[in-house]
Amino acid sequence: MQLALFLIFGGLAIAGAINLLLQKHPINSALSLVVVMMSLAVLYWSLGAEFLAAAQVIVYSGAIMVLFVFVIMLLNAGEEEHTHGSRAAYIAGFPGAAAIFCVLSFVFLTESKHLGSANLGGQLSQASNNIAEISSVLFTKLLLPFEVTSILILVAILGAVVLARKEQ
Amino acid sequence: MSHLNPFVTFLLLNILKLAVVLVLTLTAVAYTVLLERKVLGRMQNRWGPSRVGPFGLLQPLADGIKLFLKEDLLPFASDRPLFIVAPIIALTCSLVSIAVVPFGALQTITVNGVGVDIFNVANVNIGLLVVLGITSIGVYGIALSGWSSNNKFALLGSLRATSQMISYELALGLSLVGVVLRAGSLNLRDIVASQSAHGAASWNVFGGFQFVAFFIYLMAAYAETNRSPFDLPEAESELVAGYHTEYSSMKFAMFFMAEYANMITVACVATLLFFGGPSSPFGNLIPAFGGPVIQAILPIMWFILKVLCFLLLYIWVRGTMPRFRYDQLMAFGWKVLLPIAMVNILVTSLVLALRG
Repeated sequence: MQLALFLIFGGLAIAGAINLLLQKHPINSALSLVVVMMSLAVLYWSLGAEFLAAAQVIVYSGAIMVLFVFVIMLLNAGEEEHTHGSRAAYIAGFPGAAAIFCVLSFVFLTESKHLGSANLGGQLSQASNNIAEISSVLFTKLLLPFEVTSILILVAILGAVVLARKEQ
Repeated sequence: MSHLNPFVTFLLLNILKLAVVLVLTLTAVAYTVLLERKVLGRMQNRWGPSRVGPFGLLQPLADGIKLFLKEDLLPFASDRPLFIVAPIIALTCSLVSIAVVPFGALQTITVNGVGVDIFNVANVNIGLLVVLGITSIGVYGIALSGWSSNNKFALLGSLRATSQMISYELALGLSLVGVVLRAGSLNLRDIVASQSAHGAASWNVFGGFQFVAFFIYLMAAYAETNRSPFDLPEAESELVAGYHTEYSSMKFAMFFMAEYANMITVACVATLLFFGGPSSPFGNLIPAFGGPVIQAILPIMWFILKVLCFLLLYIWVRGTMPRFRYDQLMAFGWKVLLPIAMVNILVTSLVLALRG
């Protein structure tokens, strides 16, 4: 079951990501990104991280991407012209991406024992309440980073307000 | 039956449950439309639909056939794939969230060694978040419909709808936090169980002192479903019909059904979170009577009755309230509802911390 879900939604995520690059119209690209985020949410859920899945859907696909689509609609952005891109992108880009992929998978495969696994995801069948676990970790061990992040976001909001306010 | 292995049994039973719930929901949607037309008619001193069948009861069927047989128009300059996908997204999102709603008390039957909860399609740990997530995805249906029709009224309507739904989602989500804090769980069954101790006295809206949250939820929900008095996305005096101006035939019907299905979902969530869901308002005052079948059906009756009250409230508000102005709507959401919701969370958590 988990394998089937992984194959379907992993494939969907990759297809969405490739479609995002190939589409000419910004709104189609934005919608492909939504597909990627939703498939990631399903993958999180199949690993047992329900809260993360719900947060992914609500925050990324439900709020951030809606704003993307909203802005594209508001500006009425037209189709973009595809250039062939510089040669440097072809020479450095594809090997670079492949190298990063190889390094990351090598590290995760060899060092997986040392990295340890987080205890945040129960299994699909078990009724472990991982929201309680996440919140206890978030408000005890990781309290400082959590609060610093929230202040960072607050600063960003204030910056946006300052930028958006018209000069008198 | 016994030759099926547990997984297939589970799958078949769940498909059966899904089919039953889907048919019931769509029927409920059709009859909510009829109810609205009838009640609005009586409020405006006229009969409402009364010709098809006794008391006009077959009107939804006639409407369905009419919409099905209409010509399906596709505007020439529209973005075709998105134009077709948009109503599907809207309807799907409004129907999916019904899946996590528990209609009755926990009633497990065991078939072939597989226990199935018959009054709930999916009992999910994060049921409430699932409802909120699906609601937030539903925005895409409306946003894309307006954009892909390539019509300025439709675009304006969908821009209004999108910004309104994003703004009120915050107040909606925050108003539910108080209830979650009291229940200590996001599972809808747990939330119902947390308020079933003494009947109506322990419902969140009365005994839980969440009435402020309830009123915030109610107003935010009206805005989320684009209903009067917040129906600016389809304000007919300014925007023709808003985001579904260019839609006809079944595509229009899908938007229409999505709106009413959303109303039902919102009413279900209000019932579950603030009014004790399927539990009886009398609690244990009335001794259990009848057999186990009656005891299983009674909670469903309570649930339907409560949801019906919310739907009637919706219609009543539509019949009596004038429409807001758009800047008033935005100011109301951000400057009034959101701060009150935050204060409500603060007070609720303080009280819970001091007591517990």
